[in-house]
Amino acid sequence: MKEILIRVLVGGVVVTAFTLLADLLKPKSFAGIFGAAPSVALATLVLTVMMEGTAYAATEARSMIVGAIAFFFYACLVSRSLVRWQLPVLPVTILSMLLWFSCAFGLCYGLGWAG
Amino acid sequence: MGRVKLKIDVSGLAESHWYEYLLRFLFGGAVTALAGLIAKRFGPGIGGLFLAFPAILPAAATLIEKHEREKKDQAGLDGTKRGRAAAGVDAAGASLGSIGLVAFAIVVWRELPNFSLPIVLVSATLAWLVTSMSLWQLREILSRRLRLRLSNTSEHPSHASLPNKSSDRRSFHE
Repeated sequence: MKEILIRVLVGGVVVTAFTLLADLLKPKSFAGIFGAAPSVALATLVLTVMMEGTAYAATEARSMIVGAIAFFFYACLVSRSLVRWQLPVLPVTILSMLLWFSCAFGLCYGLGWAG
Repeated sequence: MGRVKLKIDVSGLAESHWYEYLLRFLFGGAVTALAGLIAKRFGPGIGGLFLAFPAILPAAATLIEKHEREKKDQAGLDGTKRGRAAAGVDAAGASLGSIGLVAFAIVVWRELPNFSLPIVLVSATLAWLVTSMSLWQLREILSRRLRLRLSNTSEHPSHASLPNKSSDRRSFHE
């Protein structure tokens, strides 16, 4: 329970810090890159190295490559759905996560990196 | 063709309410905790995927749409289209940031066994920033060139077959 609380606190602080930075920057199209800032990764990797060691954290980082590729396809779909097709924001951003899950798990198992 | 200048604008902070930061804090904290729990249950191979899970984007996009819509509503106009387009432009930026995330993950994966954690994380964050910023600059330069070509073709209609893909983004660049 203590570990979960530490993760919530550290993750929340890092994510909020990147959000504040994004709010300060103009133009808006640039601030958008902070929507894919490595905030969760930074918080998680620090705690993982402290608790599980570097080899474990390096394996997580390898899988993160696949997660980030899936993120790219997800963000492209969301962007096109909103700018070109003018679909409502919340359903689009939530339902498009199916694409993230398909890409991330498909690539991860396909490359044999799940184990 | 000049570079697009980045600006720091403190008024951007005034657009957000405190509860919006609290929402992002809770989302960020929840995803970090979830990533840890998933790694514990299914191993680092699966847990690592969630280090690049787009958990913050739905909340961020919804808030951006809300802000843009409210601005238009105050002017007595329907801001739905504008709000969705603004959220879409933000997501397009996130797609560039996600390529930066790939660079971040590669640096951590390759260098963590060789260097200390602070050095690796600073290098990886710089790799994310440099990759994302370079791609963003490249996209801005290309879209400027496209707009320039389109404005030329409007003067010379014989070249008018070029598609105007960037028209919706134009107003968000200032």
